[in-house]
Amino acid sequence: MAKTPHPCVVTIDHRSKPRALFSGTRVKEYNLPVGSRVMYPKPPMTPLNDVKAAVRYAINHPLGSEPLYAMLRPGMKVTIAVDDLSMPLPPMRRPDVRQHQAEVVLELLRDYGITDIHFIIATAFHRPMTQDEIRHQLGDKIVDEFYPERCYNHDAEKPDGLTFLGTTAQGIDVEINRRAAESDLVVYCNLTFVPMNGGHKSMGTGLVGYRTLKKHHNPATIRASKTYMVPEDSALSDKMVEVGKLIEEKLQVFHIESTVNNRMFDRPLDFLGKNEDELSTNEARGLKALIRSLEWLPQPARQAIFEKVPAPYGVIGVWAGACEPVHEACLEKCYEQLLVPIHGQADIGIFPVPYISPYNVHSYLNPLLVSVMAEGYLFNLYRGDPIVKKGGTAIVLHPCSDIFDRDQHAAYTEFFHKLLPRTRDAKELHKKYEHEYSRHPGYIQMYRSGEAYHPAHPFYMWYWGENGRQHYGRVIVVGADNEYVPGILGYETAPTMEEALRMAREEHGSDPAITCFRIAPMLMADVTVDTPAESSVRTEDEES
Amino acid sequence: MSSAAYFDVDGTLVGTNLLHPTVYFLANQQSVFKSARRLGQALLGGPVMAVAELRDRRLFNELLFSNFRGMTEDRMHVLSSEAYEKTVAPRIFPGTRDLIQKCKDAGMRIVLITGSLDFTIRPLADELGIPQCDIITNRLEFKDGYATGKLMRPVVAGPTKARLMVADSKKHGHDLQDCHGYSDSYSDVPMLSVVGHPHCINPDNKLRRLAKAYDWPILDIETPSRVDIVRA
Repeated sequence: MAKTPHPCVVTIDHRSKPRALFSGTRVKEYNLPVGSRVMYPKPPMTPLNDVKAAVRYAINHPLGSEPLYAMLRPGMKVTIAVDDLSMPLPPMRRPDVRQHQAEVVLELLRDYGITDIHFIIATAFHRPMTQDEIRHQLGDKIVDEFYPERCYNHDAEKPDGLTFLGTTAQGIDVEINRRAAESDLVVYCNLTFVPMNGGHKSMGTGLVGYRTLKKHHNPATIRASKTYMVPEDSALSDKMVEVGKLIEEKLQVFHIESTVNNRMFDRPLDFLGKNEDELSTNEARGLKALIRSLEWLPQPARQAIFEKVPAPYGVIGVWAGACEPVHEACLEKCYEQLLVPIHGQADIGIFPVPYISPYNVHSYLNPLLVSVMAEGYLFNLYRGDPIVKKGGTAIVLHPCSDIFDRDQHAAYTEFFHKLLPRTRDAKELHKKYEHEYSRHPGYIQMYRSGEAYHPAHPFYMWYWGENGRQHYGRVIVVGADNEYVPGILGYETAPTMEEALRMAREEHGSDPAITCFRIAPMLMADVTVDTPAESSVRTEDEES
Repeated sequence: MSSAAYFDVDGTLVGTNLLHPTVYFLANQQSVFKSARRLGQALLGGPVMAVAELRDRRLFNELLFSNFRGMTEDRMHVLSSEAYEKTVAPRIFPGTRDLIQKCKDAGMRIVLITGSLDFTIRPLADELGIPQCDIITNRLEFKDGYATGKLMRPVVAGPTKARLMVADSKKHGHDLQDCHGYSDSYSDVPMLSVVGHPHCINPDNKLRRLAKAYDWPILDIETPSRVDIVRA
């Protein structure tokens, strides 16, 4: 019996209009074959009216712990740890939900006579946030009072900046930011944008050092993860939990988690999240105008169009208390917004890669990050089974220009042009080169005093795509402005979608199942497949 | 030891240039009159040195150090630690020690290669924990205990730095492709070009443009790191 598709899954027929898909900072129209299925994001859920009230309610009615006020006593040392700017994408319009969380907590701490308060941005090996970015995320009041002496980025390379907490049962050494370790209480302010954020990952990644990170950010862990968007299917999550539990044993941590809807684009651009067949006349004109403008504008201007306008994300839930029950509640809401059910896997997946990822906020999506998106994030954005069958073909839309941000991604350039041409084998890269490069003094200095990602980060990015890389049979890039960048990544190129589909049909026959994952805004596929029994019934139905 | 990190000094690790200690030496002669005379002579040669600096760093070094002609070796050695304390030590960049330490942690041999004179660099090497045998500097020629004002060969500057680094790496068994180089100046492009990992620290405009073209990392160790801000 055929299952009724979800309204967000559209099957292309001969009357369907071309699909408008991201290709970096451009949006292009593509005619997809009849019978292809296109997955659209769900409409944004209704946001909370009063976020501050929701934060207050959450910290006074916590899950699995006593209320925050009951943990406070005058004179205690408190650290408020906050996510970095890697989520949400793009950064949300002010005030950011973490500003609400931090301001409510700060007010409460003051009421209890607590003055020894530090704010730490939990960056791990991400680039440090600038003062303006911290201001955007935490607001003027906090930055004016606390920055830079008591509001700063975590520094995983600071001499004596980390405290060793212990070793987990599985042998993971856990060392964490010294200030956090020496605090009587850590309050973690989070925004879970996709289900791999939050939970034990907040503390277990955001505030630790290389000794801990290398134990879970490695090819073996990623290969052992089916998808890292579902904790039960993620070896990465298992290790984070292990680290997080040890931290919670040693430190008192109060978690505040929140999630947002998927309203990525404001009114003038909100048609980007809609089915092209259902656009009003004005929206259709707007889309055409946008496509044409992006065609002739130079790259920085195209980037600016999308970056300069913060996203109007609305907060749809806030929870507080102990790590696990809080994260569970948050994930449930997150799934409710993001999951789009679809039955059956595809032979060919079409993945538009937009201009942004968690690792290039305010910079260009460089070729290594294109691979992170294609084989990492976009591959892993599923629950159940992958969108594409094992050995299937991924068609990726991106220009793959050889552009790297020199300040943020200095180490990426060397990784991409020096190491990847030698080998694409993640295990070999891990074994032969990671240690040496992760200790690169110049890049470490750029991470510590500049705006750069840590030199180990490009390795992690390559590992990030490892389960996708193991899964896909072929990756074909459409719209690449050169062939050598896709070549370094191990991808093929095709000048047009038609040519890419022709190449893919060589593998999958003349009538392959095609699914287009139409991100952005954000969505996640909830893929189900027939059990063997269902499959045989279906065959009989088709025969009769 | 598998690799080495070659550091230029002036402008790279410390905020001084060759003039700072030189002026200190000239200004601290046995009498005010002698100091004034030496400083005056140096000032008169200023325009010529400025032109030399633009055309050839080696010639500039030779002209600058010619001002030491006639000074006693004893006096220069006595003044060197004072010159270091007064002119160099306060200008060590906030990130210098951490960067050197990170290089050591990465298993690298640290080598200072600079156009400065040996006796002005030795105290800095001691401060940074670098053995005296790992500094490559200019040396003044002395005759009967007096400086002749000439530099001994080879004069450490520009392309010669690269040649000396190649010789040093051979002597110590390093593969230059694994070695790191650090400088602030366009005149050091040759030394940065021979290593596998060139870096620019607080570069001048010409070097910055070149570094951008070749994707060489540009470091800032002059601004206190975000951690040091907290420490302060």
